[in-house]
Amino acid sequence: MSTSSSLHELTAAELADLLARKEVSAREALDAVYARVEEVEEDLHSFVLLTRETAERQAAEVDEARAKGEPLPPLAGVPIALKDIYCTKGIPTTCCSRILEGFVPPYDADVIERCRAHRLVFVGKTNMDEFAMGSSTENSAFGPTRNPWDLDRVPGGSSGGSAAAVAASETVLAMGTDTGGSIRQPASLCGVVGLKPTYGRVSRYGVIAYASSLDQVGPITKDVRDCALLLGALAGHDPRDSTSLPDPPPNYTRALTGEIKGLRVGLVKEFMEYQGVGVAPEVAEAVKAAIARFEELGAVCREVSLPHLNYSIPVYYILAPAEASSNLARYDGVQYGYRSADADGIIEMYRNTRNEGFGAEVKRRIMLGTYTLSAGYYDAYYLKAAQVRTLIRRDFDAAFEDCDVLVGPVSPTVAFRLGEKADDPVQMYLSDVCTIPVNLGGLPGMSIPCGFSPDGLPIGLQLVGPPLAEETLLRAAHAFEQSGQFHRRRAVPVRQRKGRRSAVVREG
Amino acid sequence: MKLTPEQVEHVALLGRIKLTEEERELFTTQLNSIISHFEQLQQLDTSGVPPMSHAVPVSDVFREDEPGESLSTEEALQNAPEQARDCFQVPRVIE
Repeated sequence: MSTSSSLHELTAAELADLLARKEVSAREALDAVYARVEEVEEDLHSFVLLTRETAERQAAEVDEARAKGEPLPPLAGVPIALKDIYCTKGIPTTCCSRILEGFVPPYDADVIERCRAHRLVFVGKTNMDEFAMGSSTENSAFGPTRNPWDLDRVPGGSSGGSAAAVAASETVLAMGTDTGGSIRQPASLCGVVGLKPTYGRVSRYGVIAYASSLDQVGPITKDVRDCALLLGALAGHDPRDSTSLPDPPPNYTRALTGEIKGLRVGLVKEFMEYQGVGVAPEVAEAVKAAIARFEELGAVCREVSLPHLNYSIPVYYILAPAEASSNLARYDGVQYGYRSADADGIIEMYRNTRNEGFGAEVKRRIMLGTYTLSAGYYDAYYLKAAQVRTLIRRDFDAAFEDCDVLVGPVSPTVAFRLGEKADDPVQMYLSDVCTIPVNLGGLPGMSIPCGFSPDGLPIGLQLVGPPLAEETLLRAAHAFEQSGQFHRRRAVPVRQRKGRRSAVVREG
Repeated sequence: MKLTPEQVEHVALLGRIKLTEEERELFTTQLNSIISHFEQLQQLDTSGVPPMSHAVPVSDVFREDEPGESLSTEEALQNAPEQARDCFQVPRVIE
C-alpha cells in the first residue's frame, strides 16, 4: 500500500500494522520521517533538537528484536516527537529557555520511560513557548514555529512544535503538555487531534513544572485511533507523582465503536461567547455544523450554560502564575543551567542569572504570581480565585448530570498571524478562553478537526468529559471523525524557493 | 488597586528578577492592565465556598519507607555551573 517515501504520512496504527507484518522496517519509517524533516523543517522550525543517533539506535533495536521473533509492544518502531519539556536521560532538555541551555537530565520522566518501554523511536525535541507559557510558540528562546497550513501564521502554543510536526508529517506521533490549552489549542490551529487527559491520569514526574495543579501530559496525533493508542501507552499510576490516580487505565481503543446513539451532548454557551463576545463567525459555523452531524449520528444535543466560565481567564491568570512563581524559583544558577558571569554576591548572582536567562513572558508571570501571593494581596487574589475555581468545577459537575459530553470551539479564532498578539499579553491570554476552564476543573478535554475557514485554515472542535471519561471523548470523537474527511486533509507547508539548504540535523 | 513602578521594583526583588528601566515601565503598564481584569472576581459572592487547590480526590499519599536508588554525587553535580569538593559552588554569602 505504501512506498517507503510516503511512510511518514501514515498514521501510527497503519505504520504499526506494516511493521508487525514486516513489510517495512522501523529504520525505513524513520528514514522517511527524517527525509520529510529535511524537506520542510527550514520553513517550519518544529524541532529544537533532532535526536538522530538515538532514533537510529532505537529503530535498529526494534528491527533486530522483530527479526529474532521477540514479542514487541504494538507501537514498537513508530516515530514520536517529544515536546522539549520532558526530562530525557542523556538528551538535552531546555523547555525552550536560555536558563536551561546545556542542561542534560540525569533521569527520564515517567512518560519517557513509558515511551522507551513501548519501543517508540525518538525523532527529536519539539519547539514550545518558554516554560509552556504562551499560546503561539513565539515565546520560545529559539525562535518561533510556523503553521504548516500558512507559514505566516502561528501554530498555536505552547505545544506548537509538536502540533506542527504532526500536521506536516515530520513525525507520526507527538506528545505535548496542557496547562491552559497547550495541547488542544495548537492541535486545533494545526488541524490535528490532541487530548488533555484527566488531571492525574498521566504522571507529571520528570515533566518540567509550570503550574502543578493544572499541568497534564497528552498525545498529539493524526487521528483519533492514534490518540487512543498513545494515551494507552502514557496513562497509568506512578508512585513518584502524588497526584497520580490509582485507577488502572482501560484499553482505550475498545472505546472506538463508532456507536454514539443516545449520547447526550451539551453545547456550552460560554464557549461560544465569553462575556458577551462571540467567537469568529467561521468558528461558530463549523461548531454548529458539528452539532448537526452529532445529531445525524444519533446523539441528543442541547445548549447548556455554565455561568462561572465567564470568570475563567482571571482565575487562571491568578492561579497559574502564582504556582509558576514558586515552581520557577529553582532556576537560580546554582544546580543546573545558566549562571550569569556578572555576579557580585549571591543575590546579584540570582537576579542577573534570572534576568538574562528568562524571556519577557516568563518574567511577567513570575512578577504576577509573586505579586498576587505577596503579603496583603493573598486573600483578594489567590484565595478568591481558588474559590471561584470551585464554582467553575461545580458548574461542570451540574452540567454532567444531564450531559455525557460538553462541546464547543477550542479556540475563538483560526490561527493568527505571527506578531499579531505578541505585544499585547491580555489579547494573547484571551485566545485560551475555551480551554482554560477544563484545566481548572481537572477534566479531560480533546480537540478534533471539524472544518476549515474560507482561507483553508483548520478549525477544531472541543469535547470535554467528566473525570476519567476519556473513553467517552474518544468514542464520540472517533464517530464524528469517521463520518467525515477532515482528518484526511494534510498540510502542504513547503515554500517554493531556490537554493534551499537542508535542515541542520544534530545530536545532543 | 494600581501598581506603581516602585512596587514593581519591589516585586522584582522578591521574585529575584532584575529589571531594566524600560522593562520596569513596560511591566508596570502591562501588569496593571492584567490586574484590572482580576477586579471582576470581586463581583462574585464566594462566602462559604471552599477554595480548590487541585482537582484529584487523593490526599495524604504515602509509600513504604524503603530505601531506593538515587542519583550519585557525580550525576547530581553533572549540570552544576560551578562545583568544588563534591558541592555546588556559589558566590561568597558570609563576608
